Amino acid sequence: MPQVTLTVNGTKHTVEVEARTLLVELLREKLRLTGTHVGCDTSQCGACVVHMGGDSIKACTILAVQCEGADVTTIEGLAKADGTLHPMQEAFREYHALQCGFCTPGMVMSAIDLVNKHPGGLSEQEIREGLEGNLCRCTGYHNIVKAIAAAADVMQGRRSELARAAE
Amino acid sequence: MNVVAPFEGIGASVRRKEDLRFLSGRGHYTDDINRPGQAHAYILRSPHAHAAVNAIETAAAKAMPGVVAIFTGADLAAIGGLPCGWQIHNKDGSPMAEPKHPVLAEGKVRHVGDPVAVVIAETRQQARDAAEAIVVDYAPLPAAATMQAALASGAAQIHEAAPGNLCYDWHIGDKAAQEAAFAKAHKVVTFETTNNRLVPNAMEPRAAVGDFDPQSGDYTLYTTSQNPHVIRLLMGAFVLNIPEAKLRVVAPDVGGGFGSKIYHYAEEAIVTWASGRVKRPVKWTADRTESFMSDAHGRDHVSKAELAVDKDGKILGLKVHTYANMGAYLSTFAPCVPTYLYATLLAGVYTTPVIYAEVKAVFTNTVPVDAYRGAGRPEATYLLERLMDVAAAEIGMDRVEFRRKNFIPVDAFPYQTPVALQYDSGNYFATLDAALEAADWKGFEARRAAAKAKGKLRGIGISTYLEACGIAPSAVVGSLGARAGLYEVGTIRVHPTGSVTVLTGTHSHGQGHETTLAQLVADRLGVPIANVDIVHGDTAKVPFGMGTYGSRSLAVGGSAMFKAMDKIIAKGKRIAAHLMEASVEDVEFDRGTFRVAGTDKTKSLTDISLAAYVPHNYPIEEIEPGLEETAFYDPKNFTYPGGCHIAEVEIDPETGKVSMVNFTAVDDVGRVINPMIVEGQVQGGVAQGIGQALLESAIYDAEGQLISGSMMDYTMPRADDLAPVSVATHTTLCTHNPLGVKGCGEVGAIGSPPAVMNAVVDALKDFGVRHIEMPATPAKIWNIIHARKAAE
Repeated sequence: MPQVTLTVNGTKHTVEVEARTLLVELLREKLRLTGTHVGCDTSQCGACVVHMGGDSIKACTILAVQCEGADVTTIEGLAKADGTLHPMQEAFREYHALQCGFCTPGMVMSAIDLVNKHPGGLSEQEIREGLEGNLCRCTGYHNIVKAIAAAADVMQGRRSELARAAE
Repeated sequence: MNVVAPFEGIGASVRRKEDLRFLSGRGHYTDDINRPGQAHAYILRSPHAHAAVNAIETAAAKAMPGVVAIFTGADLAAIGGLPCGWQIHNKDGSPMAEPKHPVLAEGKVRHVGDPVAVVIAETRQQARDAAEAIVVDYAPLPAAATMQAALASGAAQIHEAAPGNLCYDWHIGDKAAQEAAFAKAHKVVTFETTNNRLVPNAMEPRAAVGDFDPQSGDYTLYTTSQNPHVIRLLMGAFVLNIPEAKLRVVAPDVGGGFGSKIYHYAEEAIVTWASGRVKRPVKWTADRTESFMSDAHGRDHVSKAELAVDKDGKILGLKVHTYANMGAYLSTFAPCVPTYLYATLLAGVYTTPVIYAEVKAVFTNTVPVDAYRGAGRPEATYLLERLMDVAAAEIGMDRVEFRRKNFIPVDAFPYQTPVALQYDSGNYFATLDAALEAADWKGFEARRAAAKAKGKLRGIGISTYLEACGIAPSAVVGSLGARAGLYEVGTIRVHPTGSVTVLTGTHSHGQGHETTLAQLVADRLGVPIANVDIVHGDTAKVPFGMGTYGSRSLAVGGSAMFKAMDKIIAKGKRIAAHLMEASVEDVEFDRGTFRVAGTDKTKSLTDISLAAYVPHNYPIEEIEPGLEETAFYDPKNFTYPGGCHIAEVEIDPETGKVSMVNFTAVDDVGRVINPMIVEGQVQGGVAQGIGQALLESAIYDAEGQLISGSMMDYTMPRADDLAPVSVATHTTLCTHNPLGVKGCGEVGAIGSPPAVMNAVVDALKDFGVRHIEMPATPAKIWNIIHARKAAE
C-alpha cells in the first residue's frame, strides 16, 4: 500500500493509504480529525475545505498520495495553542453565522483564504461571489457575509477586536 | 455557587453556547462516531423506477476481499415493514391504502434508490466494491413517474394494496355551503398551479451506526435524527421487535434536518439488525447521491383553486382540489402533510366564510414525499397568496387593499375558521403595515422606473401568511389519525450546588436549543446559562420525547420545562419554609431567591438545593430529598405565527435571470426568547423559500430517473443568489402556552415563495403574464419575454 508523509496542523504524519484514498478520508479516518466534513460527492458543497500551503482546497478532490510533503491546516489547527480563536472563528460566533455547524469548518477555511487573497478588503458582492464553492442550508448566508466582512477588518488591521467588542 | 451574570434571560441575544465546539472542529456528528471492531455497510439500490426482482446473485460478491456478510430482502422477511405514523380516512370513511414498506425490497423495486441489498465489509470501500459484484436480475416494468401518469387508466400498478395508485381521496369543509356561496358570487376566479418537488438537502448526509452488545443483548443506534425517541418506538416496536429497555437511540450533533430527518428510514433498521447478526458495530453513511434518492422529498402538489368574491371584493368562499404525490411508499408522516397541515390552512389570514377542499394522494415511482420545512403550510400559503394576487388583478382591486379588506379583524380572536382551526391571537394589520413601511412599498414605482431606465424589469410582491405549528394537541391529532401523542417532556435537575441539567425531548440540529432553553432557566430560576446544561438526543438520558419539527421545541418543549420549573419552585418553597421557619404560603420566589414575604429573610436556590441533597436540617418525613422534577406538556391548541413578507426583484430581460434586490419579513412569532436566533431562523427559512421560488426543483424523466440527482444538477441557493433579508417581529402573545411563544423555524419558508413569485409576475406585468410556475428559472422567463417580442 502506498505511503504518504505530510504535515497536518504542525504535526508530521506518515500514513499508509490506498491509492484511491482521498485527503478528506485520510484526515477523517486515519488521523481522526473529524472537524473536516463531507457533504457531497461532486465537489460542490465545500464542507471539506482545508488549507494546503496556505491555499484553500477541497479535500474531497485531491488524492492523499498527491499530498506528499504537503503542509495542511484543518479547522482543528486554527485556534492558538492557548485556545484563542482565529478572528474568523470569533466573527462567526459574534454574527451568528452558523446554525447546525456542519458547513462551518469548510466555510471558515474558505473565508480565511478569501480574505487573505484580498489584502485591500472585500465588498459584500465579492464575499458573496467568493463563497460560490461553499453551500450552507441553514443560515441563508447573510450572517456569514457579515461575519467575513467583520473578520476581514480585524485580520487586515482596519479595526481592532477591542473596538469591535466595544460596539 | 451561582454568580450574578449580565442579563441573559428571555429577550437577550445571547451568543450561542454550542458554537465553540462547531467552530473548532469538535462537533460530534454521527459519521464522526467509530465503534471498536466496526464494520461498514454499503447499500445496493435500484437503478430502475419500477421492476420485478427475479433473483439476486451474491456468491461472487461474498468472495470479495473484506466482505463480512451480504443480506437481501429474503433475509429480512421476518421483520416488519417501515410503519406509517398517520392514518387518513377517505371521503366514505374507509381507511387510506397503506401498502407495506419493506426495509429491503421484497420481489419488486418501486423507485430509483429503493434499497435492494446490503453489503457489510471491513471498510466502506470494500463494501462498495462488493456491491458492484452483486448481480440483480431485474425485469423492468412500466413506471408512473408523475401523478398524471399514475392516475391514467391502464397505468402501472405500483402496489396491489392501492388500486389505481390512489392512497386516499379525502375532503374537508362544507361542500353544499361552498356551492351556495359560489352561486351568489359576483365573480369566481380560477387558478391552477404546481408546487414544485424539493430535495431538503441538509448539509450533513444521513448516517447510522448500529452497535449490538452480545454480552448484554443491548442495541444502540447512533443516527442523524430529529427525534430519537420516536425512532426507538417505531423501530423497536414495529420493525425489529426490540423492547425499549434493550434499545438505545442516540442522535448526537445533527447537521440540519428541515424535516428530512424526522422519519424512520430503512438504513436505521438495517444497521441495527445487521449489527445483531454479525455481532459487530455496523456503520453506514450516505453519499450525497444516495441522499437525493433516499431522503424524503418535499412539496409536489398539483392544485386547482376557485375563489368566489362579491362586488365589493369581499371573499365569499374558496374551493380547492389538490393532488398530492406520496412517492412510492408512505413515509412516516406523509399522509398528514397534504391534509391536516395543508387544507386546514386554507383560510389563511382571511375571513373566508366557507371552504371546501378535496385532496387525492397518489403513489408514483418516485422517492417518498414527506414534511419539508413548513410541510403543507407552504403549499397552502403559496396557493392562497398567488390566488389573492390573481384575484385582485381580475376584479381590478389593489392587491394590498384586497388583502386588508378580507383580513380577520384584530378583535375577532379567538377566531374559528371553516376548516377546523381556531386561531388564538394575531394582528395581521400590524405586520402588514410594518412590512409596507420597512420595504418602502410607496416608493416602489420610482424604483421600478429607475430600473426601467437601465433596461431592467423590477417587481414587488407581497404575501400575508399564517401558519399552524407548535405541534400538537394529542387528543385532537389522535382524532385526526395520528398514531402518537404529540406532547413534550422536560426534566429540570437542580444539582446540590445549584447548577442545572435540563433533559429535553426536543432535539437541536441547528436551532440553538443549548442556548435558548438555557435562557428559559436563567430567566426563571436565576441560574447563569453557563451553569445550565441542556441534554437532548439520547434515549438513555432523556426520559421520553417526541423530538423537533413543526416549530414545536419552545412552544411544547419549552412549556414542559416551564411546568417542571413550576414543580421545582413549589418544592423549593416548602424546603425554604422549613429552613426559614415560615409558612409555605408566605414564601415568594423570584429568579433564584426565596423570600418570606414582607421580610428580609431569604434563601438562595443553592441553599435550597444543598439542603435537598444534604438533608441534615430537612423535613424528611414530609418532603422527599432531591431537587429534580419532570413534566409532560400537552399543548391545548396549535400556535399561529403569521406576518407579512415583501420581495423585490429585478429581471435582466437579456438573460431572464431574476435577482433578489430586497426582502422584508415582519413576523409575529409570539414572545421572542433570543432575537438573534429568531432572526437567523427567519433568514434561513426565507433562503429556502427563495430557493423554491427561483432555483430548486427535483425533476424526474418519464421513466422515473431522477435527473436532478446531485448538487451539480439540483440548484441549491448560493450566497450570490440571495440578498440581505430585513427581519423584524411584531408580537402578539400565544394565549394558551405559559411562555406566550408561537415558533419561528418555519415562517421563513412558508411566507416567502408567494412573495417572490408575486414580485416576478409583477415585474413581467407588461408582458401579459398571469402566472409563472416555480422555479422561475432564467430559461422560463427568457422564453416569456422573447415569445412576446417575437409576437410583436
